[in-house]
Amino acid sequence: MTREEIKDVILEIIEDIDEDAEFDNLDADAPLRDQLDLDSMDFLDIVMELRKRYQLQIPEDEYPELASLTSCVNYLEPKLKDA
Amino acid sequence: MQQSDSQRIVITGVGLTAPGASSLDQFRANLLAGKSGITTLDLRYMGVHPAGICTFDETKYRKKKENKRGSRAGCISVYCANEALGDAGITFDEYDRSATGVYLGLTEHGTVETENEVYNISKFDYNVDYWTHHHNPRTVLNNPAGEITMNLGITGPHYTIGAACAAGNAALIQGAQMLRLGEVDLALCGGISECTGSFGIFASFKSQGALAEHPDPIRASRPFDMERNGIVISEGGCVFTLERLDNALKRGAKIYGELAGYAINSDARDFVLPYGPRQQQCMEMALKRAGMDASDITIVNTHATGTRQGDVEECSAIRKTFAGCTSTYINNTKSSIGHAMGAAGVLELAGNLPSFTDNYVHPTINIDQLDPDCAMQGLVSGEPHKLSRVDAVLNNSFGMLGINSVVVVKSFVAS
Repeated sequence: MTREEIKDVILEIIEDIDEDAEFDNLDADAPLRDQLDLDSMDFLDIVMELRKRYQLQIPEDEYPELASLTSCVNYLEPKLKDA
Repeated sequence: MQQSDSQRIVITGVGLTAPGASSLDQFRANLLAGKSGITTLDLRYMGVHPAGICTFDETKYRKKKENKRGSRAGCISVYCANEALGDAGITFDEYDRSATGVYLGLTEHGTVETENEVYNISKFDYNVDYWTHHHNPRTVLNNPAGEITMNLGITGPHYTIGAACAAGNAALIQGAQMLRLGEVDLALCGGISECTGSFGIFASFKSQGALAEHPDPIRASRPFDMERNGIVISEGGCVFTLERLDNALKRGAKIYGELAGYAINSDARDFVLPYGPRQQQCMEMALKRAGMDASDITIVNTHATGTRQGDVEECSAIRKTFAGCTSTYINNTKSSIGHAMGAAGVLELAGNLPSFTDNYVHPTINIDQLDPDCAMQGLVSGEPHKLSRVDAVLNNSFGMLGINSVVVVKSFVAS
């Protein structure tokens, strides 16, 4: 998957959690939870959805890597290069 | 002995969703018209069966995201609680949120969510890594009541009462008791059921030979009829605002009725079969606590669900309790909405409350040929019955493991 595709997947998952989520002014480098109506349970939904879609097992100590859209893409790019 | 106004408990608001209705006015209109709310449901593993499904504005009081996170029971609860408060005109200027209690009756909770999650992991070779982290908060037994407190910022007590299909009445009683004890100043109490989402509940009734079948769903729920063949399972919810009379009068509240008496007892006999003599004792105990004779009751709302033995047992108990009561009328609400389980008691009471002002007894529907063992003096069938006045409603609600509950509500008369 390309970086752009990974970004789209993350936004799609977030939209599935909260269809009212607004992405127009999203700062890709700032924490997602500060900008969207997401809490820890929603965050776990993102982790679960990545597991379901791509059989990705993300260790708990690596959750901080998913903080912002850019860090998500950086972290997932090597894992999803063949997806 | 006359109770002081601080010990008299009144119903001041009603919020509900039932098959075919999402407000009390709509519900009452359907009941008086003899209109069934039953449709069919195609449920996983079960196929198509008659069922009562609720249609209401699910995002009127919270976002889709919150509905997705919570349970169906929570979604119904939040709707009913907000509707009840709106109906009562309570904005929390009059009452402190910390002195407000939420008490909901449930027949069961968590079955739907558990079945859904097992189905979900079946697609992943039953690997529990795919089991949702939402499972526990969705299935803890206080879930529907807790979802109300989060939605409304209520910081007083909240919990649910498991009392099988007597649960709605039980929660109403709990709310009244907490008000009388002074534990809370406002009680949101009622019953909720999401059980139409569970194939296991349908399958269990079917295995028991107690699941209604009929080619026409609106004819499927037929208590007291010779051809009745079981229960029509429904979802639903009803929440009342309950207040002490002095507070209700102070704020000029509309009063639907006054809780006059109640009783709960146990058969101590059988897991599923009901027992008329104990039901009779329960009705007599509620009447005694209300300081009433059987003849003081204008309407008896029966619990009858459409099972062979259950209906006969209750009818026998009613014939004995109300022998010679020529001005007592009997109806059945499940014939119109099916069996809403934990919500049944309060929904059916709500359906009868407008009788204090419109003076009608709504009818039992679908009795084509009355079972002689279900014959009762005063049974209202097919058409509503107009009276000059309605003074009191006795509401039966019974459940598995032999739990019986009876609530008596009387027309409000200021002392």
